[in-house]
Amino acid sequence: MTRKAVALISGGLDSLLAARLIQQQGIQVEGINFFTGFCVEGHTHAIRNHDRKRVKRNNALWVAEQLGIKLHIIDIVDEYKNVVINPRHGYGANLNPCLDCKIFMVRKAHEWLRENDFDFIITGEVIGQRPKSQRKRCMPVISQESGAEDLLLRPLCAQNLPATLPENEGWVDRAGLRDFGGRSRKPQMALAREFGFEDYAQPAGGCCFLTDKTYSVKLQDLWDNRGSREYELDDIMLLKVGRHIRPSKDFKLIIAREEGETNFLSGYRHQFQTIKTVSHGGPIALIEGVTLDAEQLELACAITARFSQGRDADSVELRFSDPEQASRSIHVKPLAANQIERDWIIA
Amino acid sequence: MSEIIEVDARRLFCPLPVIRLQNCIKQQQPGARVRIVSTDPGSMNDIPTWCRINGHQVLASEEQDREFIFLVQKATMEVSHGG
Ligand code: SF4
Repeated sequence: MTRKAVALISGGLDSLLAARLIQQQGIQVEGINFFTGFCVEGHTHAIRNHDRKRVKRNNALWVAEQLGIKLHIIDIVDEYKNVVINPRHGYGANLNPCLDCKIFMVRKAHEWLRENDFDFIITGEVIGQRPKSQRKRCMPVISQESGAEDLLLRPLCAQNLPATLPENEGWVDRAGLRDFGGRSRKPQMALAREFGFEDYAQPAGGCCFLTDKTYSVKLQDLWDNRGSREYELDDIMLLKVGRHIRPSKDFKLIIAREEGETNFLSGYRHQFQTIKTVSHGGPIALIEGVTLDAEQLELACAITARFSQGRDADSVELRFSDPEQASRSIHVKPLAANQIERDWIIA
Repeated sequence: MSEIIEVDARRLFCPLPVIRLQNCIKQQQPGARVRIVSTDPGSMNDIPTWCRINGHQVLASEEQDREFIFLVQKATMEVSHGG
């Protein structure tokens, strides 16, 4: 009887290698990939204009194709909020709740396994790879708190961990697994060469935006100024785009940095008040926050004009649009560079 | 021929168009045809790749006014990947 394993596929090299090691043992593998909303995949590449010419692939799909396996992509945006908002094990260096995130993903994979009648779960985790979630003592925490227990096998470091059910039952041969550990990527690269994998993705930080410092600063700012940590998919998408400037607690501006971002932000003009320079070339800005009074609106326009081609002009005309009102035109003198206070700039 | 099921994935970014297509196809009978419209240029790669690995067929694809349109036919047989 062919045993079946479900592999957590992030799109990086480690999950690719882990799945291949298990396939080599005659196990049928299918992949599962989670969409949290914070994934580095796709979005920003698609939004930023200069990347349009060089369309990015989705690495999880690419990995699945290399392996010749099916991939199930699961939208966990809503359920994942609780992981980000209340991580039991806390955050890493930024707002990345890696340990809780892994527990959550393995738990979801375990549910999937039961629904689809699979035998065990594999991940590309390696002990000591990244701080916090991949320390040796975290491995049993993930197995236990996810409920997967000994159905969770990490092929790349299995030899350093207690034997799991698939090993004990003889479905996989422990000798064919690996004992990788530590921060060096050399063993993975050597194994990739052995398997003939090239052109794989090498993410620098983690697998998601929550490990990114400036992204986390923007998310924290959003939470602080709302007085609540709740968020919607649009909120966290918008944190990936544009210059974020908060001249007051009441509102912030999201100003496009190039044409691709202008197109992307324009898609939100039915949900947000927007400002667009009309007398000169310039970006669109979304206003996020309370309804602005006249003085605040003038300031918002003067800031936006600063980022237009009319930045040195005496007067710039902008169009203020509100989804609920007729748009109107506003004339302002753009702020000088030194009038934009440093602490307004979130990122 | 049975009707074509429409999926509107405009303004969604990778991997959401693929997720929408996947979830729609899951509900259909083998051989059913689904037409998906996306505005994410990443779809040009992702949708055909997703179809290939899952054994579905892209019957037609075109780009029109920054929209990417694919006509996909659900696999008539379960693909099995031995491993
Ligand atoms: S980097 Fe992001 S996706 Fe990866 S484990 Fe940490 S929180 Fe989860």
